[in-house]
Amino acid sequence: MGIVKFVVRRLLFGVLTLFVVSVAVFVLTQALSDPAQAILGREAQPASILAKQQELGLDRPLLTQYWEWISGLLTGDPGVSFTNGVPVMDVLGDRLWNSLFLMTVSAAISIPLSIAVGTYAAARRDHTFDSTTSGTSLVLASMPDFVLGLLLVVLLATNVWRVLPAVTRIRPGEPPWSDLDGLVLPVLTLTLVVVPYVSRVMRASMIEVLESDYVEMARLKGLPERAVLWRHALPNAIGPTLQVIAFNIAYLAGGVILIEYLFNYPGIGGALRDAVTDRNVPVVQFVAMFISGIWVVVNLLADVGTVLVTPRLRTQLT
Amino acid sequence: MTTELPVLATADVEVLELPARKAPARRGFIRAALALWRTRIGLVIVAVVVGIAVIGPWVAPNGPTDFVGTPNTRVVDGVWFGTDALGQDVWSRFLHGGRTILVLAVVATLIGLVTGVVIGLVAGYNRGRLDNVLMRAIDIILAFPGLLLLLVAITTLGRNSWVIVLLVALTVIPRVARVTRGAALGVVERDFIGAAEALGESRTRILGSEVLPNVAGPLLVEANLRLTYSIFLIGALGFLGLGLGLNKADWAQMVNENRLALSQQPWGTLLPIFAIGLLTVGVGLIADGLGRAVAGIDRGRAD
Repeated sequence: MGIVKFVVRRLLFGVLTLFVVSVAVFVLTQALSDPAQAILGREAQPASILAKQQELGLDRPLLTQYWEWISGLLTGDPGVSFTNGVPVMDVLGDRLWNSLFLMTVSAAISIPLSIAVGTYAAARRDHTFDSTTSGTSLVLASMPDFVLGLLLVVLLATNVWRVLPAVTRIRPGEPPWSDLDGLVLPVLTLTLVVVPYVSRVMRASMIEVLESDYVEMARLKGLPERAVLWRHALPNAIGPTLQVIAFNIAYLAGGVILIEYLFNYPGIGGALRDAVTDRNVPVVQFVAMFISGIWVVVNLLADVGTVLVTPRLRTQLT
Repeated sequence: MTTELPVLATADVEVLELPARKAPARRGFIRAALALWRTRIGLVIVAVVVGIAVIGPWVAPNGPTDFVGTPNTRVVDGVWFGTDALGQDVWSRFLHGGRTILVLAVVATLIGLVTGVVIGLVAGYNRGRLDNVLMRAIDIILAFPGLLLLLVAITTLGRNSWVIVLLVALTVIPRVARVTRGAALGVVERDFIGAAEALGESRTRILGSEVLPNVAGPLLVEANLRLTYSIFLIGALGFLGLGLGLNKADWAQMVNENRLALSQQPWGTLLPIFAIGLLTVGVGLIADGLGRAVAGIDRGRAD
């Protein structure tokens, strides 16, 4: 089977995944329980519930509701907010870009950093750098994001040193890079969440490569160790790490929910949290589909990327 | 990688000389894990935090909702860590607040673990179509971040403790099933399974008493990792102010209530985040120790 066929199959699986996710999101928010009831509370009169259902279009058959929602989503019209009747796209507006910006910056810093840390730790295996980073990353990796973020706030913004702002201030209409100081802590937190995972896998993969015959060959023919490490070993060690990198970029898409709330960053995470409290179903549905969309795309790219950088996999495709 | 996870029957080789050995293989890697400092430190940390959560309510000087002084004050006579935003005793609320998160996380992990193990064993033993379908379903569940699933579900279902427990359990299942299946694939090929089949043992018996003990190592590692994640998820809900919202103290909810007053009165935030952080780090250390022990046994075989 060729690479094209593999990509097509992987693409179809991505579409299937998003379809199943959309059904699950719909069932959880609109079918298992009644949003109108949830908005009005348990003591609401049946008449007012009925009125609310008619107002929000929830009195129609579930299949019609699903079809309307999904076709709207695909044509770029994810409906209107339950709380104020404003189109969902206007509610989220710049927040989508702000979140994408936060994710991109965090990924752009943490991925190269993890590769460097992992490679260096593998090259100096069992020396000081390696044992320090492996101990630190074990602790960091087990700590919840919000605990880590709050510890950084205590350390750098409020109690110990007051060198950074504890919240991000981006006014509506301004680009996300308008408050660079405020961006430091959110990005630092997300970086500290991602680096331990990726660098650990990178280290393991690198150690395996460094023990291989072709690396020994490169050393024996007299190449400087630096060239062996970065030119010969690194490209081969990245292959197995790609999946984990993808997983972590996708994780950033979900991880921003907590971090945005923590730093008051105006992104989709904060919007999602508010929409959950307000039972604003259309906003919740859209953000959920947006985040899983990123998740599916990134994983797809990683799968294809892994095959491309690992020649021996290309012949084994089944 | 998962398929190469160790098969623990090999632990017998090491322990075989011990006289009067009752429990089979499993002993080997647990003993090896306990020899590692990280496992011991992890166990001590977990014991301390769980101890606080369990004994706390009995030794707390005040009730969780008693008012003891002016709100957000760091120094109050007779109160160790001052008062929170409502004037309640931070130390007493801390001592009362550990049970909810702990119980919910453990129950959710156990439900997810049992379900995941059953799915993984069935998939690994039967292989073929059923296995394919189950593993694809798991890929799809994994495409949905756990926290997002929880948030979507509680939007209209409400924040009921069973809803939360079952959803967290749902996030535990896929990875446990995958690890179990991966480890089981290596076991079902072995002769003693064939022997058990030839003896006419029932499928449940083969899975339960022949395959399961031999995948215990990787499974235990995964169980600890899943527990860390469950604590994280339930803590995250409380942190977002979307926890059970009961009128009582809860570590994660305390963070949500007190973090805005961080610079005036840090204890209301610090105590619970220390507890949650230490708990997950402790469980993580245990997982790492077990993982090393299991991998070490495997390496021993390769030599």
